[in-house]
Amino acid sequence: MKLTPKTATLLVLAALVAITPFFFPSGYYYRVGALIFVNGLAVTGIVILTGYAGQVSLGHAGFAGIGGYACALAPVHLGLHPALAVVLGAVMSAALAWLVGRPILRLKGYYLGVASLGMGILISMVLNNERWLTRGPDGIDVPDLGLRGVLKDWGLNLSNGEFWYFFSGIVMILGAWAALNLHQSPTGRALRALHGSEIAARTVGVDVSRLKLQAFVISAVYASVSGSLLALQNKFITPDVAGFMHSIEMVTMAVLGGAGSVLGAIFGAGILTLLPQVLTVFAEYEQMVLGLVMMLVMIFLREGLLPSILRKLRGTGE
Amino acid sequence: MNRLTTTAIATLMALGLAPAAQAEIKIGATLSATGPASFLGDPEAKTLEMLVEEVNAAGGINGEMLELVMYDDGGDPNKARTFATRLVEDDEVAAIIGGTTTGTTMSIIPVAEDAEIPFISLAGAVDIIDPVKAWVFKTPHTDRMACQKIFEDMQKRGVTKIGMISGTDGFGASMQAQCKGVVGDYGIEIVADETYDPKDADMTPQLTNIKNTAGIQAVLNPGFGQGPSIVTRNYKQLAVGLPLYQSHGVASKGFIDLAGVEAAEGVRLPAAALLVADILPDSDPQKAVVTAYRDGFEKKTGTPVSTFGGHAYDAFMILKGALEKAGGEPAAIRDAIEGTTGYVGTGGIVNMTAEDHLGLDLTAFKMLEIKNGDWTIVE
Repeated sequence: MKLTPKTATLLVLAALVAITPFFFPSGYYYRVGALIFVNGLAVTGIVILTGYAGQVSLGHAGFAGIGGYACALAPVHLGLHPALAVVLGAVMSAALAWLVGRPILRLKGYYLGVASLGMGILISMVLNNERWLTRGPDGIDVPDLGLRGVLKDWGLNLSNGEFWYFFSGIVMILGAWAALNLHQSPTGRALRALHGSEIAARTVGVDVSRLKLQAFVISAVYASVSGSLLALQNKFITPDVAGFMHSIEMVTMAVLGGAGSVLGAIFGAGILTLLPQVLTVFAEYEQMVLGLVMMLVMIFLREGLLPSILRKLRGTGE
Repeated sequence: MNRLTTTAIATLMALGLAPAAQAEIKIGATLSATGPASFLGDPEAKTLEMLVEEVNAAGGINGEMLELVMYDDGGDPNKARTFATRLVEDDEVAAIIGGTTTGTTMSIIPVAEDAEIPFISLAGAVDIIDPVKAWVFKTPHTDRMACQKIFEDMQKRGVTKIGMISGTDGFGASMQAQCKGVVGDYGIEIVADETYDPKDADMTPQLTNIKNTAGIQAVLNPGFGQGPSIVTRNYKQLAVGLPLYQSHGVASKGFIDLAGVEAAEGVRLPAAALLVADILPDSDPQKAVVTAYRDGFEKKTGTPVSTFGGHAYDAFMILKGALEKAGGEPAAIRDAIEGTTGYVGTGGIVNMTAEDHLGLDLTAFKMLEIKNGDWTIVE
């Protein structure tokens, strides 16, 4: 059997998730790993939107906010199990993405960027100001997912850090699997066609606005689930999760690692999650170093870090 | 490129290895020294650095040197939680000081509780210690106490009907809610309730509404940052002519400068003794402590002292007291912190109990009135 790029990517991810813990000197590294996977999941959504369909969203953190606050609020107010709250958050994010995207994505150009920017800021404002519901800028407690307790009853006793490391890792791999399947499907091919040229795609019969809308809705679900995972892991959430900076972070991670490739984008998420931890010695220069890394990548490695490196390794000069 | 990488790695390693000299008790801190809350976190970080230096120069605690592991979370609760995990799991500290904001504190709490490491927060909200959590303490007064102090003073002046104008930021909104919760205890009624966005440049419409409400005898403005200065200026321009109360959130000289000496005249606000170190009577038990801290901080950093640095001072001194008594075991440290009694700090006199992990009462606040651009104590 020939190793397809899809299987290769999934194998690499699975191996990384399974093997790296053997090199962890302390439990703290599980936390960093879990954060990388949560970010990796959100960024996989960006790959579908930006890498496949060529659209830019500057408000994806808003969906992460919806997913996160769904886990905080639905169990308390609606009596839902936190796992169902994740689903509810994803459905709400998808519905909102559909509502916002439907009129906007009929237009060409950067309208989605501007509209999503406004949407993200609005969600963040609602979370900050509707104190009766969200308890405002100070944040709100999130109930326990309870899965760790279930595993314990089955005889699998994981620490909190270990549990979230493996759980987030598995969800991220599932997300990557879905994204890679989409890539190879007719929809994925049509998306890439419209990325190349909207007019050409339309000429050969691709329903451009419907496809762009699909990509936007799917990527919103990814962001929402990542927000839910973050909230459940931290057992606490503040409106920062929906903040503008978080949206920018997601796009930056994808672009840095390579927005056209799932593995590349996850690689970017890994680097941008790790850097602040490595750079604590230079905490005051952190932003500067991040900016510098970003600039260098944009100038010298335009496809993003991973695809450029892989190409160098293969030695193909195309 | 290769040489550059090697140099960078060598530098990183040198920086990482340098402070590892013979430290025996490790204490951790995650503070918001940069970002939107840096005006709180920066003096806190400087205070901790100064105090650890002082303690080590004086021979450490019971002969053991202190090592401070400090991270900057930039005010991001998610980062704060990661750094707290790092402090607990990787650096293996004996106790954590930090959580500059309520948001960062609330995300550190589960980590400290799970790992059973004592944690002293520097944030304001009453939720941090109410309900009491075994491993969590805090040093700053709560906004509920500020409300009580203000209402006590209003009551003395015979005020029964007030207007409130609150900021919609975390501080203003939380204090607004707390004040509404306790106002009934003082026989006072809120007859006008207005809000403003912290970025607003003019509060005249809200103040006009308050001014036109019948029977108002005083106005209270929970908020911090520039909002309260603008309220104070507009208040003067509208010639409302009733007593104006500000919160402890603006207890700094910067507020008087921004509002203007003329507009700030007669404004009252509750504040910690640290702010008025010079005019405290010599009989005041806090006088010696606050003067010493202020002089030390200003000499070391060249910047004026703030109550926020004072919260870090109190947290460190309470922890130091516990370490002297209990040694380096987290559980023993926790018990010793809970047993703190009669500690005289910058924020007041602290008497902790199993039910009270703050240990301050209303005497911790002084009621101040601004006269001729300076503070005076109201008694």
